[in-house]
Amino acid sequence: MTQALDALDALESESIHIFREVAGEFDRPVILFSGGKDSTLLVHLAVKAFAPAPVPFPLLHVDTGHNFDEVIEFRDAVVERFGLRLEVAEVQDYIDDGRLVERADGTRNPLQTQPLLDAIVDNRFDAVFGGGRRDEERARAKERIISLRDAFGRWDPRKQRPELWNLYNGRHAPGEHVRVFPISNWTELDVWRYIQREGIELPSIYYAHRRAVYKRDGMWLASGPWGGPRPTETVEELSVRYRTVGDGSCTGAVESTATTLDEIIAEVTASRLTERGATRADDRLSEAAMEDRKREGYF
Amino acid sequence: MGKDLLRFATAGSVDDGKSTLVGRLLYDTKSVLADQIEAVHRASVDKGLSTPDLSLLVDGLRAEREQGITIDVAYRYFGTPTREFVLADTPGHVQYTRNTVTGASTAELAVLLVDARNGIVEQTRRHATVLALLRVPRLVLAINKIDLIGYDEESLRTIEKAFLALAKSLGFADEAVQVIPLSALVGDNVVERSSQTPWYTGPTLLEHLESVPVVGPEVAKPFRMPVQYVIRPRTEELHDYRGYAGQIAAGTVKPGDAVVVLPEGRPTTVTHVDTADGPLVEGTAGRSVTIRLADDIDISRGDLLVAAAAQPTVTNEIDATLCWLGDKPLRPNARLLLKHGTRTTQVIVGAPDSRIDTDTLTEVSLVDTAETLSLNDIGRVTVRTADPLPVDEYADIRATGSFLLIDPPSGNTLAAGLVGTPLTLS
Repeated sequence: MTQALDALDALESESIHIFREVAGEFDRPVILFSGGKDSTLLVHLAVKAFAPAPVPFPLLHVDTGHNFDEVIEFRDAVVERFGLRLEVAEVQDYIDDGRLVERADGTRNPLQTQPLLDAIVDNRFDAVFGGGRRDEERARAKERIISLRDAFGRWDPRKQRPELWNLYNGRHAPGEHVRVFPISNWTELDVWRYIQREGIELPSIYYAHRRAVYKRDGMWLASGPWGGPRPTETVEELSVRYRTVGDGSCTGAVESTATTLDEIIAEVTASRLTERGATRADDRLSEAAMEDRKREGYF
Repeated sequence: MGKDLLRFATAGSVDDGKSTLVGRLLYDTKSVLADQIEAVHRASVDKGLSTPDLSLLVDGLRAEREQGITIDVAYRYFGTPTREFVLADTPGHVQYTRNTVTGASTAELAVLLVDARNGIVEQTRRHATVLALLRVPRLVLAINKIDLIGYDEESLRTIEKAFLALAKSLGFADEAVQVIPLSALVGDNVVERSSQTPWYTGPTLLEHLESVPVVGPEVAKPFRMPVQYVIRPRTEELHDYRGYAGQIAAGTVKPGDAVVVLPEGRPTTVTHVDTADGPLVEGTAGRSVTIRLADDIDISRGDLLVAAAAQPTVTNEIDATLCWLGDKPLRPNARLLLKHGTRTTQVIVGAPDSRIDTDTLTEVSLVDTAETLSLNDIGRVTVRTADPLPVDEYADIRATGSFLLIDPPSGNTLAAGLVGTPLTLS
C-alpha cells in the first residue's frame, strides 16, 4: 500500500507545482525577496522546482531603508550562492525626491507600495511571487494563490476568480499582472519545521541574541536609522529574537532564549500570539489594515 | 513519516451556524491565539454583543463584517498532534454553487451542516448534489443546534435516515458517510463528547476528522502526469540533461515503466524520477517530480505522460458536465478557451443538452428549448476542441477528467468542467 505524502512533502510539492505553472505561463516573473524567513523559503522552493537548472527569474527587494544589517548581508549572500539576479527598489529614493513623504509615525512599510508598483511597470513583470500565507491574517485567508491585479496594482476581493482543483487561471490583459503566493497553505509552524528539515539558513536575528531595546505599544523595538526611544522610554538590554522581519521602525522583537530551531519550534507551538499580532505595529493600525493595503497594491 | 494533511470543506445554508462551528473547531483545538480572541472580543463589544461572536474569527473582509455576510471561500488552518488540516470554508447563500464547487474541488471530505430544527432542506440537497458531482470521497452530515431540540434522539434519527437515503441516491457508499449530532455553540460532540447524547456512540467531529484515511483514491489509478516545464540546465556537466517537470496527477511511476506521450502517442520508457533531493525509487500521486525518458522525443508543456497499459481517450469532442460560474450565461456555440492539465486550447461549446434540477434531483432536457446555463446551473454539453485532448472520465480520474472554461476577452473563469457524467441520478 502506497502511503499519502506527509504534510510537509504535500506542501512542498504544491508550492513547486505553482512555481512551475507560472514559469510555464508567464513571460517575466519575479520573486519578492527581503531576506526574511518566508521569502527565503520561497527562494529555496524555487531552487528545488527547477533543479538542476537555475531559477529562471530574478528577485526584487523593495527596500524601506530601515534594515537590519544582518538581513541585508544575508540577502546578498543568498543571491550570490544561488547565482541569482537581484533588483532593488529604494523607498529612500522616493523620499529624497519628494514622490513619497515620511509618515509621522516613522514606519515605512506602507510606503513600499509605490516603489513596488513602479518596479513592476518598469521591468514589465507579469507575475510577482510573494511569501504571503493565508494563516497570517484574515484578508489573506481569502486571497487566491494566483491573484489578479489591475493596471493600478489593486486587489478587488469581489472580483476574484474561483480557483478550482489545481488548474490556475492566470490570464491577464496587458498592463495587468498577477501576484502569486506559493506558500499560501503553509502555517508559521510548517515554515519552521520545514526550515529545520531542509537545513535552510536564516538571518541571525531570527535566533535569540542580546539587543538594546525599548518598549512601545507593547512591543520591543530596536534603535536604528528610523529613530530611537523617546525621552519617556527606557532602553534595556534583553535576550530577544524576531518572529518576522520587516521595516525596522515597526517590527518588534519578542523576548526569547531560543537559539536553536528545536527551541524556536517549541516556542512557536506554545505561543499564544500570532506572529503579526506579536510583532507588527502596521497590522494593528486598524481592523482592516492589511485589507486596505492590499487593495492599494501592497504585497 | 511526519504528520499527514487532510483537506476538507464545509458547506451549509445561512444561519446553520457554520461560522460558529468553524470558530469552535479552531477554538477548541487551541488554534486561535490570544490576540485573535482579543480582536473578536473587542469587535463583539463594539457591536454591542454580550457574548463573543466566534464567527468574527472567520469573516475576514470589511464588507463581510459590515454586512454580516461571507462573500468568499476562506481557508483556515489547524492541527492536532497527529494531523494537519486545511479547511475551505464555503459560504452558503449567493453563488452557493460557485463557492461549493471551489471548496470541494480540492477536498477529500466535506462537512455539510443542517439545523436540527429544520432538518434536510432544499439547500442541503443542492450542496449534497454538488459534492456528489465533484466526487468528494467522504461526507459528514453535522446536525447542528441539537441543544435547541432538547437532544431529542428521535428527531435526530429521522434526519439521519432522510440524509442517508439522499446520500445513497447520489451514489455515496454507506461507509463514506458519517452523521454527527452536535452543537457548535455549546461545543457538544465537536471536539468534546457531549454528556447529553448517551445514545450517540459515533465519533466527535474532530475524532472523525483525525481518523479518516487520507490516502487519496488517485494513487490507486493509472499513472498520469501533465508536463509543466522542460528542465534543461545546458551546463558542461549536465549537457544532455532533459527532464520533464510536473506533479504526478494520478497513480505511481518508477524507472522502467512503459509510458506514452499524449496527444502524439509516442511510446517510451521512464529512466529516472528525479527530485532536487535525488532520484526516487517510485513517485506517487501528489508529488512534484522531474521525469527523464529513454528516448529523445519532442515533448513540451501541455503534453501528458500516461501509463502505456491504461491510456485515456484522445478526442476532439468531449461530452461534459459543466458547473456554470460566470455572471453571463452560456452563449451556445461560443468560442472559449479550455484549460486541461497544462494545456490550453480553443473550443466551441454547443447548446446545453440538459440541466440538473438540484431540487428534484432530476435531469431536465433542454433540447429544442431556448434555455441555456446561467450562474450556479449544472448541465450537460458537448465541447469541440481545436487540439485533440487526452481525457479520462472525471468519475475515474479527477485530475485528468477536469477542466476550466475561460472567457477569452476578460480572462474570467466561466465554468468548471467534468468529463462524462460523474453524477448518476437514480
